[in-house]
Amino acid sequence: MVHSRVVLLGPQRLQPTLSTAVASLGLRGKLAAVTAGWEERENEDQELSAHLQGRTVNLALYERADGVFRYDTELHKATRERQDRIRRSQELYRLRLAHLLEAARELKRRESRPGFEQLVEPQLEGAVQALRELDREHTQRIRAIHVEFELKWRPFERESVALQRRELDAILKDCSGLCIAGGHVGILLNRLRMFGILDLLRGQPIFAWSAGAMVLTERIVLFHDFPPQGSGDPEVLEAGLGAIEGVVALPHADRRLALGDATRVALFARRFAPARCFALPARARVDWKDGRWSGEPGTRELKVTGELAEVGA
Amino acid sequence: MTKLSELGAKPSIGPADIERFLRENRFPLVEGRTVTFVYVGSADEVKLRHWISGLPTSQPFQRFQGSPMWTLTLDIPEGSRVEYKLEIVRGGHPMLIQDPLNENLARDPYGANSVVFGEGYVQPDWAKPDGEARLGEIQEQKIESTAFGETRDVLVYVPARFRTTRRYPLLVVHDGPDYLKFASLRTVLDNLIHRLEVQPMVVALTGSPHRLVEYANDERHARFIVDELVPMMESRYPLLPQASARGLMGASFGGVASLSTAWRRPGVFGNLLLQSGSFVFTDIGPNDRGPVFDPVVRFMGEFRNRPGRPADQAYVSCGTYEGLIYYNRSIVPLLQSTGMQVKFTEARDGHNWENWRDRLREGLTTLFPGQLMMVYE
Repeated sequence: MVHSRVVLLGPQRLQPTLSTAVASLGLRGKLAAVTAGWEERENEDQELSAHLQGRTVNLALYERADGVFRYDTELHKATRERQDRIRRSQELYRLRLAHLLEAARELKRRESRPGFEQLVEPQLEGAVQALRELDREHTQRIRAIHVEFELKWRPFERESVALQRRELDAILKDCSGLCIAGGHVGILLNRLRMFGILDLLRGQPIFAWSAGAMVLTERIVLFHDFPPQGSGDPEVLEAGLGAIEGVVALPHADRRLALGDATRVALFARRFAPARCFALPARARVDWKDGRWSGEPGTRELKVTGELAEVGA
Repeated sequence: MTKLSELGAKPSIGPADIERFLRENRFPLVEGRTVTFVYVGSADEVKLRHWISGLPTSQPFQRFQGSPMWTLTLDIPEGSRVEYKLEIVRGGHPMLIQDPLNENLARDPYGANSVVFGEGYVQPDWAKPDGEARLGEIQEQKIESTAFGETRDVLVYVPARFRTTRRYPLLVVHDGPDYLKFASLRTVLDNLIHRLEVQPMVVALTGSPHRLVEYANDERHARFIVDELVPMMESRYPLLPQASARGLMGASFGGVASLSTAWRRPGVFGNLLLQSGSFVFTDIGPNDRGPVFDPVVRFMGEFRNRPGRPADQAYVSCGTYEGLIYYNRSIVPLLQSTGMQVKFTEARDGHNWENWRDRLREGLTTLFPGQLMMVYE
């Protein structure tokens, strides 16, 4: 469900900007925090809490999920099986993706060769369409796995999950906003989804950074242009929570992406267009308000021309 | 034309010309593949001593046009690292020294060598301290070893943000203290874990007071590692129990110790990281490397006849300037024939710690890849 007010920030560890963002919206009172992406370190949120003057209430989703799984072993087993299927599907998708991406990159490299200028573009468009189609197919396949799971196991109706959701609902009722930190994007997504956290909000604004920003999008894109092994192919993980529209969130883009490589930037932006690909390094900020995006000065997005441009107001 | 030949082409060369040449250049002088070594001082002979297999180990310098400057020009391919010393002969007495004109040194347990970097060589940034990386910790442990009949010290690297509620892979490193001292292993682990390129892991850094004996397929060593070290580590640290989460690593004789331990006890370690392993064998007759290699040659003979399946995957690296390169190239298809996944890398480097340091990223990320694509903090 699309949310009305979301602020995406750059990574917070070394240059925190969250308190400024919270203050800019004039929020008072307590703020709910999700740090489930930190996994077993979920409760080590002292720095975050201090940064927000002790106003945070950690929803402890990682710990709550552990409790649910200990109590409801049937649901635990089914969840693990679902995740295994998703992992295997991802592996197969990755195989096809590598070939399509290499073809598109090779075409892009030939763009400037004499005699090829007019010939490459239609072929490149075809290659990009094939990539989009594969991404779409993969997203649907993973969504189908989730739908099958939801219909069969109806997690919200299970006693252990329902109990936790009632508690979470009571906490969120008294909070003026929700802060979602980064970490493991898959684990964070699954914990937010397991408890239907966004459905429990009553219109409070969301502040999210790093993996937290990624899970709010309609489609989660994993990326790293400099892996120690392999060619670093950006890949779609699955659909995100869809709280914001028309965006691919790219935390640490300054470190993880070859932003000076116009070929890679152009192909990335073109593949995911019309979504806007926001680079979110430290201190970046983009605001989603009533269906529109605006960026702080200095926050940039990847363009199909291979350049980076200010997100703008 | 090189800068030295430009100098030599002058119609007359005075002390001021040589002084300027020395002042305006850094030595050894690297110009593409051409590297010029320079020594200035009184000597009867000057020689370059290096350990490049295939070249004469001692290469004579020439006195430069009757001046006190001695020079030697060699062809050194791009990306090379070459460690060397200068041999200065005066009055019939040779003396090995570090190159006075070169501040770059590579240290090892025997001291330090001068080192020249070929065009394009860059010391990896992940081997240098990174202010943003969270730091792991080195702990000291002792084992009452029945295998060796004495107490053995083990250093243990514990990753940053270590938690007892989590389970970790275990890597056992031979010559561990030397890897810390000469191959920056602690910094490398801190950085690669911080960058999510390798999994957070616990690393047992073992040493041996008699490594040339104990690392040469000594049954006691395998017993020490498998029956004493691993159980001790499992009792004191939260470790993943499966072979796929355990690895053995070592260089030179440490490579032999890693392979022979895995071979003697298959199924315990899933991963091998073997650097410049001393995998010497002969197809006929005795080996020519001395008696210390006899047990290695016997082991390699047995291993070649009956390789079994020592582990699931291996990363093997070796310098192309080492005599061991031929043995390491030979072992790759043999390991592959056992069904193991094997990655092999050759580097333009020698049998030294910085070569082993520079290959750590590729080796560790091959065997223990981190969650780079999944974690965004």
